[in-house]
Amino acid sequence: MTETAGFWLPVVWALLAATAIFLYVCLDGFDLGIGILFLKEKDHDHRNLMVNTVAPVWDGNETWMIFGGAALYGVFPVAYGTILPALYLPILFMLLALILRGVSFEFRFKSESPMSQFFWDSSFCGGSIVAAFMQGVILGTLVQGIKIENNVFVGSSFDWFTPFALFCGLAVVIGYALLGATWLLWRCEGELHDAMRRISFVLGGLMLVTIALVSIWTPMLHTTYMQHWLDMPQLALVAPVPVAVVVLAGALFFGLRNPRSHLLPFIATLGLFFLCFSGLGINVWPYIVPPTITIWQASSPPESQTFLLVGTMFLLPLILSYTAYSYYVFRGKMSAGHHYH
Amino acid sequence: MFGLSALFLARFQFAFTVGFHIVFPAFSIGLAAYLAVLEGLWLKTGRSAYLDLFKYWLKVFSVVFGMGVVSGLVMSYEFGTNWSAFSQKAGPILGPMLAYEVMTAFFLEAGFLGVMMFGLNRVGKGLHFAATCMVSIGTLISMSWILSSNSWMQTPRGYRIDEATGRFLPVDWWQIVFNPSFPYRIVHMGLAAFLCVAFIVAGVAGWHLLKARREGRQASEQVRLMFSMAMWMAAIVSPIQVLAGDTQGLNTLEYQPAKIAALEGDWESESRAPEILFGIPDMESETTRYKIAIPYLGSLILTHSLDGKVPGLKDFPKEDRAYSPLLFFSFRIMVALGMLMVLVGLWSLYLRWKGKLYDTPLLHRVALFMSPAGFLALLCGWVTTEVGRQPFTVYGLMRTADSVSPIALPSIATSMIAFIVVYFIVFMGGITILLRTFAEEPHSGEHGPAEDQPQRAAGTTQVSHQPPSGPTAGAGMAE
Repeated sequence: MTETAGFWLPVVWALLAATAIFLYVCLDGFDLGIGILFLKEKDHDHRNLMVNTVAPVWDGNETWMIFGGAALYGVFPVAYGTILPALYLPILFMLLALILRGVSFEFRFKSESPMSQFFWDSSFCGGSIVAAFMQGVILGTLVQGIKIENNVFVGSSFDWFTPFALFCGLAVVIGYALLGATWLLWRCEGELHDAMRRISFVLGGLMLVTIALVSIWTPMLHTTYMQHWLDMPQLALVAPVPVAVVVLAGALFFGLRNPRSHLLPFIATLGLFFLCFSGLGINVWPYIVPPTITIWQASSPPESQTFLLVGTMFLLPLILSYTAYSYYVFRGKMSAGHHYH
Repeated sequence: MFGLSALFLARFQFAFTVGFHIVFPAFSIGLAAYLAVLEGLWLKTGRSAYLDLFKYWLKVFSVVFGMGVVSGLVMSYEFGTNWSAFSQKAGPILGPMLAYEVMTAFFLEAGFLGVMMFGLNRVGKGLHFAATCMVSIGTLISMSWILSSNSWMQTPRGYRIDEATGRFLPVDWWQIVFNPSFPYRIVHMGLAAFLCVAFIVAGVAGWHLLKARREGRQASEQVRLMFSMAMWMAAIVSPIQVLAGDTQGLNTLEYQPAKIAALEGDWESESRAPEILFGIPDMESETTRYKIAIPYLGSLILTHSLDGKVPGLKDFPKEDRAYSPLLFFSFRIMVALGMLMVLVGLWSLYLRWKGKLYDTPLLHRVALFMSPAGFLALLCGWVTTEVGRQPFTVYGLMRTADSVSPIALPSIATSMIAFIVVYFIVFMGGITILLRTFAEEPHSGEHGPAEDQPQRAAGTTQVSHQPPSGPTAGAGMAE
């Protein structure tokens, strides 16, 4: 009995944790993407409009990140206690960047002089870029593997500074920018809508290139990853992924070319994110700290995992439903007449 | 393997980030409750001044809440980055509690925050009030979980220690969550949050009352209303807080006598102990210098009897003692501020009875001066309870020195500097914006955060629940 619980609980929690991280990536992705797009959009009214599309929901989006940290702590404490020290600096930079951009969100609406307006706009944009980049670096470093002995991190402070991890950082910045652009294309009209449609072409192309490069690069990092792509049972799982990428890329560009299509590009981009995410998940499975610690080795005792699981079964659907309600209340196209601040 | 300085920096960094963070949740807990009361009173009485005050304080809430979210984000990762040994050992117990906090509270707050901030014209009065209540309830649930985990670190129960790994394993969740110090701590902290906001509101109102007087006019109805509400809070809640603090003291004496000895600066255990009003405890020579003490009072306060036995630090091994010089003062500052709040409350009752609540500039000046008093007392109280737990992270079971991460000194030093710089910028920005908001007098027809322009919602029914209000611009405006 305990044997099976000891096997299944970590599996269920790994799936739940993956879901939570994916939800975070989707939700905060477009929200960070809007900050990244400040690089291109300099117009003050446009910028207000962009931020207003997420003003009522951004606190909730960021909460998924806090949930990720807390759930990892409770369910996989060994992973929490090894990944975080190993990625000390990238996590530090990410958190500081999220702080700066989070407060800029509120402060930029309330600043009066052009100087402070410029300052908070810049820190919103810069914070979003650094946060997205560091999330990519964290992901890349994890995939590439962390040096562990006896459940303690034994690498150096700069193990994350590798071409692969840095390239993953760039890939995430591009990906989030595309999510942001297609979100805005859906939620706005007029000039801003047209501008976002144009920029989505470029970003979409860049994203496909980065997906291709990361896909070729990853199996070369470890022999186990390579085997996932060659051995039969796993091959059946991973083979449809590249095909689906091509289909979704087609849908993205079809939607971008068709002026009447507003929602499709955003959905297609979310689909691409899902594929990349699950592709990486299949690669590292069943390790939570590649290449040494599996989800079973990282787990807290079944008593802890059960205690949290019971509540999660009720709370997660509840959270999703009132989150959906909040999005529903603030649905529809935003125009220059909308001001939330 | 690690020098003292890496441990010291990790501790300092945690104290700095959590000290910065704790201010904002406390502000949010008190302010959310205040907003719910204001909106409820508006719906019940229809008096538009309540709605004006609601909108005025809502602007403050958005800034405070945002700063709470981002500084809290740091906390949920800092356990892992700086205290990974602690996280791996205590994670099976504390991790699920923090995850429950996020699921039952943070999502609730963040989910309904948008509706509360910007939704009055979209969802209608009833649903909007429900959203405000949800946010307020969320802040209270959050406080319960975090104080429960904090209390478990002070008075651990319901666990067993795994021999192979040294991990704390849960045995009885009920005992873990409702550990002995939790009920006292939550009451004390909740009241503290309410007092923090009461004194901020009183300070803002006091400033506008003084300003109006200087300009030879009467302050707006809204200003007087919020001053009156804040003074009721001071008069009613501060005395209750003194009682709550007293019972928490009794609880601490029972479960953490070493903490009591350290914060009282008592070295010898004795009955009929004096209360040291002032002195400088010296850890080396094991004495408290320059003592000014009142006989019997120590026993009376701590045990409620004149000859009750009070612990001394010498009862405990040297390596198990908390740093008394800091605790001695943080505790006394907290108590002194609490007493001042009680006095202000009593004074306001007297002036209210005389009908002079709005015509006594000295009270308004005192209120302005005391506006940060709640937060100062809160921080001092927090220092007292957390430093008093030292040298342990899990009281009596796990030492702070054994809890730290294997992080190199340069990394911690880098992050410390980065935190200080970023928090300084953020804090300055936040304070500037809050002060600018406070500088405007709340007036009738107050704009909320969402109402610069009428909402034009494509595909949604336009609902307007804005009650008829006086002339929008200029009426009662100070500037």
